[in-house]
Amino acid sequence: MSVVETLTEGEIVISTRALTRDFVVSRTETVHAVRGISLHVEPGELVAVLGPNGAGKTTTLRMLTTLITPTSGTATVAGFDVTTQPSQVRRRIGYVGQGNGAGHSQRVGDELVGQGVIYGLDRRTAKLRAGELLEALELKDLAQRKVSDLSGGQRRRLDVAMGLVHAPSLLFLDEPSTGLDPQNRANLWDHILRMREQYAMTIVLTTHYLDEADSMAERVVVVDHGEVIADDTADGLKATLAGDRLAVTVAPGNITRLSELAGKLPGAREVIAVGDEVSVRVADGPAALPELVAAAQRGGVPIAAAQVHRPTLDDVFLNLTGRSLREDSNGKAAR
Amino acid sequence: MTTLTLSATSTPTSTQPSRNLLRDIRIVMTRELKPVLRDPFSLLFGMIQPLIFLALFGPLLSGSMGGTFGDGVWQWFVPSILVMTTLFGTSTTGANLLFEFQTGAHERMLVTPLSRSSLLIGRALKEMVPLFGQAVIVIAVMTPFAFDLHLGGALIGLALLAVFGVGLGSFSYALAIAVRKQDWMFWVVQQTFLFPLMILSGMLLPLETGPGWMRVASKFNPLSYVVDAERTLFSGDVLSSAVLWGWVAAIVTAALGLTVGIRAMLRSAD
Repeated sequence: MSVVETLTEGEIVISTRALTRDFVVSRTETVHAVRGISLHVEPGELVAVLGPNGAGKTTTLRMLTTLITPTSGTATVAGFDVTTQPSQVRRRIGYVGQGNGAGHSQRVGDELVGQGVIYGLDRRTAKLRAGELLEALELKDLAQRKVSDLSGGQRRRLDVAMGLVHAPSLLFLDEPSTGLDPQNRANLWDHILRMREQYAMTIVLTTHYLDEADSMAERVVVVDHGEVIADDTADGLKATLAGDRLAVTVAPGNITRLSELAGKLPGAREVIAVGDEVSVRVADGPAALPELVAAAQRGGVPIAAAQVHRPTLDDVFLNLTGRSLREDSNGKAAR
Repeated sequence: MTTLTLSATSTPTSTQPSRNLLRDIRIVMTRELKPVLRDPFSLLFGMIQPLIFLALFGPLLSGSMGGTFGDGVWQWFVPSILVMTTLFGTSTTGANLLFEFQTGAHERMLVTPLSRSSLLIGRALKEMVPLFGQAVIVIAVMTPFAFDLHLGGALIGLALLAVFGVGLGSFSYALAIAVRKQDWMFWVVQQTFLFPLMILSGMLLPLETGPGWMRVASKFNPLSYVVDAERTLFSGDVLSSAVLWGWVAAIVTAALGLTVGIRAMLRSAD
C-alpha cells in the first residue's frame, strides 16, 4: 500500500540507544541538548514527545530524521542506521518540520508534485497523488496559488501533504499545530488522524500542548533536560504519576474524622484539609469516591459535597519535575 | 469529507541503485526556475535591466572616454554589461537560499533523498537561464547600433560566463549557509566583495588610465581575466591567449566555488 516497503508486524520502526547530542556554543560552553535517550517505537504507534521548550524534543527528532548526527549513541529508523545509512532512512520517512516545507515563492501544486518526483514517482503518478492529497486536505482550489498567499492553517495542511506525498510508513511531525488557533488545530488533527488510518502509518510527533498529547497520542514520552522521564499511555501516566484527586466538603467539626477515613482509602496519599474541604489523591477516583462516602456514612460523618478531579498531564509533569509545563512553555527558545 | 485512495505506483525500493545525480540536479533546477517563469512581469523587468544600464552608462562612457575608444565603445561595453549581469545575478542568489532557510523549505529538502550536492549545483545552474535570456536581448538590441556581432565568439563567451557564474553562485550559496544565523551579514559581505571585484576588473572603466597599484591588484582578480576574455571573444578573436586565461579563471572559480559550496551544503542542517 505504501510507496516504501511496508514494515512487517512486530518489527521495531524506531530504536535508539543512549542517544546524545551536544551543541558547542562557545569555547567554554557546551549545551547537552539530548543526554542519552533510548526509545523504541513499534509499527502503527502514535507517539507524542512532550516536554517544555528546550527539553531536547526537536533535537531528538532532527537526529532521527538525519538532519543532524548524534554526538554518541545509535539510532535505527525504518530499519537503517541514521548515521551510516542516512539516504536509506530518508527514502522511508516523511517529515513535517516546524517551518513550512513548501517554498513561499512557489505554487502549491508545483511544490507538491515536485516533492513526489523527488521521491522517485513519475510525473503522472506524482500529479495524481498530489491531486488526491489536495482534495483530502481541503486544498483543492488552492493548487494554483502561491504558498505565501495561503493562511496559516492552509499552509500547515500543505506541509502535512508534502510529508505524505510518497506515502511513507513512518511520519515525523515537529510541533504540527503550534501557532494555529483552536479551530485550525482541531481541523489539522482530524486530517492527520484520517491520513494515519488510510496510510497505516506510524507517527512520532513533538508538542508542548498538553491537551494535544493527552487526547491524540496513544503513548506519551515525557522529555525534560534531554532525558526521557516518563513513557506510557496518557492514562497510565496519570494513574501512576499523578492519580485522581477527591475533594469532599463536610461540616467544620468533622474535618479530622474525614481526613482519617480518607487516609484509609487504597493507595491514598497527600491528604490535605483546607477549611471545610478534605482532598486526597488516589489511583482510581471514580471507584474510591463511593467507598469514601459509604465509610463516612457508616462513621456518622454527613458529607455536603464531593467531587473527583481527574489529573492532567501537567499534574504528571509537575509531580515528575516540580515544575509546571504551562509556566515553562513560554520560556527559552527550543533548539 | 473525502476519502483518499492511493493510486498504484511504480516505486523506488531499497534495492534501487544509488540516485542519479543528474536527475537530482534537474529536479532542483526546475524547482528553482518555476517561480521565475511563473511571474512574467518580474521576468520582463529582469530581462530589460541590463539594457537600462547600458543606455544610461554607455553614452557617459563614450563622452568622457571618447578618445580611448573611438567608435568602439559598444564593442567594449556590451561584453562588460554581460559580465556585470552575471556578477550581480549570481552573487546575490544566496539570498534566495537564506529565505528558504527561514521558511523551512530548505530543511524539508534536506530530509528528502535528494543528494546534498544537487541542492547546490541545481541552484547554481538555474541562474544561467535568465542570464542567457538577458544576453540574447542585449545582443539583439545592440547589434543594430554599431555593435559588431561575431556569433561564434559570442556563444563561447556565454559558455565561459556560465562556468564562471556557476562558481560565483556557489560562493554566494556558501556565504548564505555560513551566515544563516545572522542573515544580515550576507549583504554586508556580498557588497564588500562585489565592488572591489567589479572596479578592479576594468569592467566599467578601463584600468589602463588608473594608478599602477590598481593595475597590479587587477592581476589578482579572476574577474579581470573573464572580462578580457569576453571582450576578445565578442570581437571575434577566438584563439587569443586572453581567452585561454579567461577559461582558466572561470574554471578555477567554478571548481573552488563548487567545492566550498558543496561542503557548506553538507553541513547546512546543523
